[in-house]
Amino acid sequence: MMNSFTFGQYIPGISLVHSLDPRTKLFFVVIMMAAIFAVNTLPGVLITALFTGIFIALTRVPLTIYFRGMRPLMVLVGITAAFQVFLIPGEVIWRWWVFSITDTGIEMGALMSYRLIMVFVLAQLLTLTTSPLQLTDGLEMVLGPLTRVGFPAHELAMIMTIALRFIPVFFEEGSKIILAQVSRGADFQGSWLKSARNLVAIMVPLFAQAFRRADDLALAMESRCYTGGEGRTQLHEITMSRTDYLVMAATAALVPFIFVLRT
Amino acid sequence: MIEVAGVSFSYPGLESPVLHDINLEIRPGEFLALLGRNGSGKSTFTRLLNGLLVPAAGDVIVDGYNTRDSSHRLRIRQQVGLLFSNPDNQLVAGIVEEDVAFGPENLGLPAAEIRERVRWALSVVGMEEYLKYPPHMLSGGQKQRVAIAGVLALGPSYMVLDEPTSMLDPRGREEVVRTLTKLNLEQGTAIIMVTHFVEEAAAADRVVVLDRGRVLVTGSPLEVLTRIDDLADWGLEAPEIALLCHELRKRGYSHFPMALDSRQVVDTIKQFPFKD
Repeated sequence: MMNSFTFGQYIPGISLVHSLDPRTKLFFVVIMMAAIFAVNTLPGVLITALFTGIFIALTRVPLTIYFRGMRPLMVLVGITAAFQVFLIPGEVIWRWWVFSITDTGIEMGALMSYRLIMVFVLAQLLTLTTSPLQLTDGLEMVLGPLTRVGFPAHELAMIMTIALRFIPVFFEEGSKIILAQVSRGADFQGSWLKSARNLVAIMVPLFAQAFRRADDLALAMESRCYTGGEGRTQLHEITMSRTDYLVMAATAALVPFIFVLRT
Repeated sequence: MIEVAGVSFSYPGLESPVLHDINLEIRPGEFLALLGRNGSGKSTFTRLLNGLLVPAAGDVIVDGYNTRDSSHRLRIRQQVGLLFSNPDNQLVAGIVEEDVAFGPENLGLPAAEIRERVRWALSVVGMEEYLKYPPHMLSGGQKQRVAIAGVLALGPSYMVLDEPTSMLDPRGREEVVRTLTKLNLEQGTAIIMVTHFVEEAAAADRVVVLDRGRVLVTGSPLEVLTRIDDLADWGLEAPEIALLCHELRKRGYSHFPMALDSRQVVDTIKQFPFKD
């Protein structure tokens, strides 16, 4: 059941990227994503690809793992590229019936595919090398300043922590309910419509149980002196090292290039 | 000491009160078992002890602090740990050490102290090798022991457990009871355990039977758990070993001593024929 959940699942390791502060990695990923969506020239593509490539090499996570995680998403890339290739007007290169391919279409299709693939790669780069807990801690600290304007940074991080904790619980419960339904004669093969109707029989008990769990969890958290984010400390305090500042500086140095390399 | 003085409680919207005029003193370091059938008010009682619920009448006073006063709420919750029956629903974090750290983090302790408490609490429940495990890789009994460690890390003097073994298999049940007994003996933590397994209550210093929101009996396990006919009236199953003694008495050995310890009964039987 859990095997279907491979996209970007944390792989413990001791590489340079693993040891970076989650905030540094968040900074890198956000800047790179912005850069990749901003550039639209070949040199721009090459430089962002090179930069990301170096980082991927530093994670020491085999490339096959990145690709395995992305395989289901390639359908999305394919559809997006097809839309670009066939629908963007320009100089027609090839025509058949109502379909025509233009040079701008091919260019845009390639660029869009590149951007999407890079987004998936960068997302994985973050989650493959950062444990969910580090990630939520990092997010909480990055968003921390926004609490002053009423943004619920701590609450958001807590929600993420709890969600991550309960994903396997719900998986297990879901498969138990399916087994219970099947053993009473439910048919999950059948037509699309029929299985959709059967899905209701799984979702309803799953949700009912989830609400019960939420009630219990709230009581348990309160019993353990939880009163919200204020005055809370962390078991693992995250601290920025010299390497972190170096990586951030290198990432920031990329920003001027982005402006130069777009037309 | 936890003093429960004249406590009544009813849930809003419900006619009949769940608890009527409960009076009980829980001493530091004692092992108290709270028995009662479903709906007897046991769970509600546990939630009154750490101030999750506040009594409608009467007072609950923990080491001199009244649960009614919300300014003492954190101090009381830290003194009186509360554990629930479903281990899955009370683990907050996806890694064992992070979960045990949740309580101390809430208290705002420095990281070094949190780490020390996590290590200590996990060693008390015998789960120190599982520091980095995600809870879903553990058995039910192990999860419940981690949950106990999570409460222990707050440093409570009293540990209230609401049917801590009801969701576990026999092996997990034994692990948890052994952990609690050890905790009581070695750390001197008072244990207040709600259960409907009469056998588990036999290990306690004192047994309290609740029914329809009232305290029916308080006494040592030997006094309470051998009242075979009364146990049935209270909706409880008598311990098998006590049943055996009872049957022997009915069949003519009227002086056969009541006991809860099977070894003791074996010794008595060995001395057959009994002097009558």
